[in-house]
Amino acid sequence: MARSTPERKALRSLVWLLVIIVALIGGNAASVIWNGGSWTPKLALDLEGGTQLTLTPQLASGQSVSPEQLEQAVGIIRQRVDASGVSESEINTQGGQNIVVSIPGTPDDATLERIRASAKLEFRAVLTADLASSSTIGEEGAEGEEGDPSASPSPSDGSAEPSAAPSASDPAADPSADPSAAPSPSASPTDASDPNWITPELQEQFDSFDCATVSESGANIAPEDEPLITCEADSGLKYILGPVEVTGAQIADATSGLIQSGTGVSTGEWGVFLEFTGEGTQSFREVTERLVTLEGVRNQFAIVLDGQVISAPRTISAITDGRPQISGNFTQESSKTLADQLKFGALPIGFELQSQDQISATLGVSQLQSGIIAGLIGLALVVAYSLLQYRALGGVTIASLIIAGLVTYLLITYLSNQQGFRLSLAGVAGLIISVGVIADSFIVYFERIRDELRDGRSVTGAVEAGWKRAFRTILISDVINLIAAVVLFVLAVGNVRGFAFTLGLTTLVDLIVVALFTHPMMQLLGRTQFFGGGHRLSGLDPKALGAVYRGRAQFRPSAAVTATKKASSSREAQRRQTIAERKAADLRGDGKDS
Amino acid sequence: MSNFTAFGNDLYTGARSFDFVGRRRIWYIIAAVAVIVAIGLTALRGGFVFGIEFRGGSEFRISQVAEASENTAATTDTATEAVAEVVSGSNPRVSVVGGDSVRVQTEQLTPDETEEVRDALAEAFAVETDQISTSFIGATWGTDITRQAILALVVFLTLASIVMALYFRTWKMALAAMVALVHDLVITAGIYGIFGFEITPAAVIGFLTILGYSLYDTVVVFDKVRENTGEDGLESRRTFAESVNLAVNQTLVRSINTSVVASLPVASILLIGAFLLGAGTLFDIALALFVGTIVGTYSSIFLAAPLYVHLREGEPEVKKQGGRAKKAVPESGAVR
Repeated sequence: MARSTPERKALRSLVWLLVIIVALIGGNAASVIWNGGSWTPKLALDLEGGTQLTLTPQLASGQSVSPEQLEQAVGIIRQRVDASGVSESEINTQGGQNIVVSIPGTPDDATLERIRASAKLEFRAVLTADLASSSTIGEEGAEGEEGDPSASPSPSDGSAEPSAAPSASDPAADPSADPSAAPSPSASPTDASDPNWITPELQEQFDSFDCATVSESGANIAPEDEPLITCEADSGLKYILGPVEVTGAQIADATSGLIQSGTGVSTGEWGVFLEFTGEGTQSFREVTERLVTLEGVRNQFAIVLDGQVISAPRTISAITDGRPQISGNFTQESSKTLADQLKFGALPIGFELQSQDQISATLGVSQLQSGIIAGLIGLALVVAYSLLQYRALGGVTIASLIIAGLVTYLLITYLSNQQGFRLSLAGVAGLIISVGVIADSFIVYFERIRDELRDGRSVTGAVEAGWKRAFRTILISDVINLIAAVVLFVLAVGNVRGFAFTLGLTTLVDLIVVALFTHPMMQLLGRTQFFGGGHRLSGLDPKALGAVYRGRAQFRPSAAVTATKKASSSREAQRRQTIAERKAADLRGDGKDS
Repeated sequence: MSNFTAFGNDLYTGARSFDFVGRRRIWYIIAAVAVIVAIGLTALRGGFVFGIEFRGGSEFRISQVAEASENTAATTDTATEAVAEVVSGSNPRVSVVGGDSVRVQTEQLTPDETEEVRDALAEAFAVETDQISTSFIGATWGTDITRQAILALVVFLTLASIVMALYFRTWKMALAAMVALVHDLVITAGIYGIFGFEITPAAVIGFLTILGYSLYDTVVVFDKVRENTGEDGLESRRTFAESVNLAVNQTLVRSINTSVVASLPVASILLIGAFLLGAGTLFDIALALFVGTIVGTYSSIFLAAPLYVHLREGEPEVKKQGGRAKKAVPESGAVR
């Protein structure tokens, strides 16, 4: 029979909905069981309590930040945060240029300080070097480490040492310099490589310096015109470095690639190519001209990033053109890393603290509670209004809202488990507001059905015809809402994103629920005596809807006749009809519709 | 309620009809006056009051202070003294929000000062320091938000215009909807300006959300307008304006219902925000949205639809439709 088709369609839709819900529950269960997920969504800092920092690049006018630069910055800041032992911190970019660091709880000042500090790249001459405290201390200077087998293959002094050498020129040994650099400064230092920088106090500090503290204490910072004690990140070599001679800002570019010999043939060896600015060229030339005359570790200069040595190549010749190349035991990857670090540190972009929010957990909890209360009140009001306006149809609204709520909750929990989404207060606001948006689409649908009833259709016919028109309206308005949400999410900064996200998500849920639940339910309910018969309390009572007085159905040739035409012809057909006539007409119309 | 249904029936058949399109001059004047008042009074008040996010500064929020609900003046004094202990010459703004929370706003403090002020406040109000939220907002933060918000506004308006022009197959509907949208935004912003509500980033979220909301409503009305006018054709007995007016009347119940339902949750946030939380994210979003929803519904009916008729009336085909109808009526009467 004709009536079975919509019913089958309805059942199929409901099964699809069930599949979606079961899949979401399954997905959540899977992450709870295997990935330490949770059945409740994670909360953002404003609900959970914690600290949020927004860093913004300091740009000269007309300057902009590229996504790669931002990603590098995020990477560096993440390293800094992780190094401070804070777990579950989140670092994101926002609005194409800001970096947002979210840390649960209250971080200590050192952590905050370290995050706020901008990546700082410096070139310092090596005064003395030693192995990390794991090996015996006592002798400083080049000899001690050269013989040490535990020195890592990367830049320790010796064959593995990266060397700055644009061309092969002889390292001129300077016999006057004492590599062992006994700390007996009597005179004030004359240049940046002068061992006189090493005062007895500094030596003492150096001796007791533990490399493990470099990454922990974070801000291992010395003033630019003073020596610095630090370690190399990978090898654990300990250094005393001279004052800063060239800064990262003086690097124009840094790339990695295969080193070519003088004849342009690739040597198959990876290296890092630097390019200094005019000022940098001058400074670097002076440094290398001096270092090249020294020997031992004092021949080396250290590249220091955020207080840690990332590389300490030897100086083979003076670099006069500002384009040194660093060679050594690089792989493609490690050369790229160093080039990135040099380039990043070379960025003239420091990050500036733009906002810092510290939210107490107490406030967060009370905010969440208030949000939930507001949501429940809003829900209750919507339910009450629907029942008042649509009688039993209001029940469909309630059921649909419950389904929508379930799907949304599962989706948010799933995204929270899988994507690290966190629900913020603005997100909660988005959820509450979406109750109205979702209920709106039911109203658009119900009113459409009523319009069709007023035109004299049967309930089942009205459900089908009303759906076709209502779905178009719902679709276009949801698309508009979705555009708003996506634009807000992509472009906006601050907590707008959480709001836009939940709003966009619920708009999608709205489409799913209205198509896979509300409409099928109406199709099925339309066949019941209560709704289909237009019971007084069903909300679909044709009498209450004035359909009795229309009765043009018998003149309506097909379902294609438009509402407007019906309305316009209604004026001509201002005569009354008996209920029996109308019902007869309905039956005919129904048969054609389905 | 059954009256409301009957009302809907009458509107649907045209037995009862409000002349939204015909009296458009009145609606235009009302809209113009509202916009002028919104801008004028805001200007008279000295412009918008911007939140701390736009001014830059430090903010402390102390929650669960018993004293706050009992004696507001004393609370203010306590807080002011506590701040003055650390930063002399500071003139903090203290307000009690949501019953038992105290909000203290000062000029920008250094991290050390912030900590000291927090400790001083904790001591003054006898609460744990972890009950105090602190925020520091650089002065550039607000400019940043504003720039992004304006960018978002422009992108959204462009995209939405294109989508609407494609969907309705006429740019005139898109234009009418956009004019109504601008009207809604100006009036909502005006409410903030006139009453001196603080403009915070959350309020800006609210403004931006109105975009989607206001259009949602207009789209529902226009969908029916398109249906009515699109299928009328040349042989229609109705003028174009009458068709549009009927469509607006037919969707009136729907418009009222959707905006009531949409504003109910918003209103409940507003209520909770005002009585439980005080000014904060929830309240700020809800206030802008509440005003925006109501104004948006109004403007879809009273502004967008008449404006659309206005835009289309000049078209020769639409003119013809009206002319025919006027002639056709007496002719058909004569035949009868």
